[in-house]
Amino acid sequence: MPVVMDADRIGRTLARIAHEIVERNKGVDDLALVGIRTRGVPIARRLARAIKEITGHDVPTGALDITLYRDDLMRHAVGPQPQVRRTEIQFSIDNRKILLVDDVLYTGRTTRAALDALIDYGRPKGIQLVVLVDRGHRELPIKADYVGKNLPTSPEESVQVRLQEIDGQDEVVLQQGGGA
Amino acid sequence: MTPAGTDIEHTGHTPAATALRRKDLLGITDLTPEEIALILDTAEAMKEVGTRPIKKVPALRGKTVVNLFFEPSTRTRTSFEIAEKRLSADTLNIAIGTSSVVKGETLADTALNLEAMSPDMIVLRHSSSGACHLLSRICRAAIINAGDGMHEHPTQALLDAFTIRERKKRLRGLKVAIIGDLLHSRVLRSNIQLLTKMGARVWVCGPPTLIPTDVGRFGVVATSNVDEAVADADVVMLLRIQLERMEGAYFPSLREYFHVFGMTEARLRRAKPDVIIMHPGPMNRGVEIASEVADGPYSVILDQVANGVAVRMAVLYLLAGGAEHEEAA
Repeated sequence: MPVVMDADRIGRTLARIAHEIVERNKGVDDLALVGIRTRGVPIARRLARAIKEITGHDVPTGALDITLYRDDLMRHAVGPQPQVRRTEIQFSIDNRKILLVDDVLYTGRTTRAALDALIDYGRPKGIQLVVLVDRGHRELPIKADYVGKNLPTSPEESVQVRLQEIDGQDEVVLQQGGGA
Repeated sequence: MTPAGTDIEHTGHTPAATALRRKDLLGITDLTPEEIALILDTAEAMKEVGTRPIKKVPALRGKTVVNLFFEPSTRTRTSFEIAEKRLSADTLNIAIGTSSVVKGETLADTALNLEAMSPDMIVLRHSSSGACHLLSRICRAAIINAGDGMHEHPTQALLDAFTIRERKKRLRGLKVAIIGDLLHSRVLRSNIQLLTKMGARVWVCGPPTLIPTDVGRFGVVATSNVDEAVADADVVMLLRIQLERMEGAYFPSLREYFHVFGMTEARLRRAKPDVIIMHPGPMNRGVEIASEVADGPYSVILDQVANGVAVRMAVLYLLAGGAEHEEAA
């Protein structure tokens, strides 16, 4: 079970992405971070802290649950409905640049669902996609703006992102035969 | 993880296996405490949908829900309809006055005819206890009980529990006093089962003629002394005096009922200082509840109505996938 990113590597990667975000947007005015539940949320919060260290400014941060927008809801074979959790976006997204944050980019279907969900909250000036790991195998025309690590995988493998806030430790693991 | 799971990314650990593994919601009797908690947790997420600028999510797109109401209902029917629309389901309302029931069709025939048009879910309100069970046996569609006779009204009990949990942050250990027409109340039957399953201490109170003889088997305390019921209560729930279901003289007059059991501010002083007042509606002001209490600071009666939509969205969502995977299993 190879560890492809350890805690140090994850920390340095997020610091680098925070710098890229500040540079590309020429500051942090009208930026906001929205993490996709579950593991996009702690990543978004860490990026907000890193951006604050760089610029001294707070970037509003929210959490998005995309369950009700999934394209595999209510399909036969899928089994029980996934649990719905609260979306918490306590600021207006109108005319802001939204940084949508997820742990792994794979088929692109989660991102598609997140874009639909986000747009129901208002009309952002733009949406940029931040992912810790891009593992390839896109099924939709979606591309990340900030990538922590490009990780070539086979569809039989699964990528597990573990984060201190949820799993008690920071690491990214590549597993055989996880099916996801 | 299922092969179809690759339709969307599962990058984290599989969440705790929590699902409603049933086709229908016929009553609280059938639900486990874990299932009740799942419905209430899901309702919290659904409540947030109602606060958005666009109060609609695509979760039940392409599903057809029939609201079949054989009894008059404004609140429950509207609440279900809003819940269905917020989940993007197609809805169809059938009320008794406009249906072929007036031409002599039986409930089973009405259901079979609806079934032939392949609805995914049927929300049923009927004056006969057990009507939902009959439909459940003959229909492939998921059946949601929206009140059957004097039997159960599960979504009302769920929204009551949701409202209590929202205010008190828990159900376990709370003293809940339910006062009013206990005999004719399906809301009572569903509520005492739900509240006792979730660890609340339930007291029921009403005139001796309106206390069901078997109420003790649910593990509740029954009394006709309203002061005793209200003492140190965290929640006081009033039930409507259902004159339309009464076939005899259960108490001398409405004025006397108010005098002995009506909830007034003076009576309420015996409860905890942060007591909340609930009523499933429609209220008879000046009978089971004084206006000063209904409109007072402890009242969460309108919260109950608002929460009804979120709880019904949760039930619709959780049952929508249930029927199919039960067949697949």
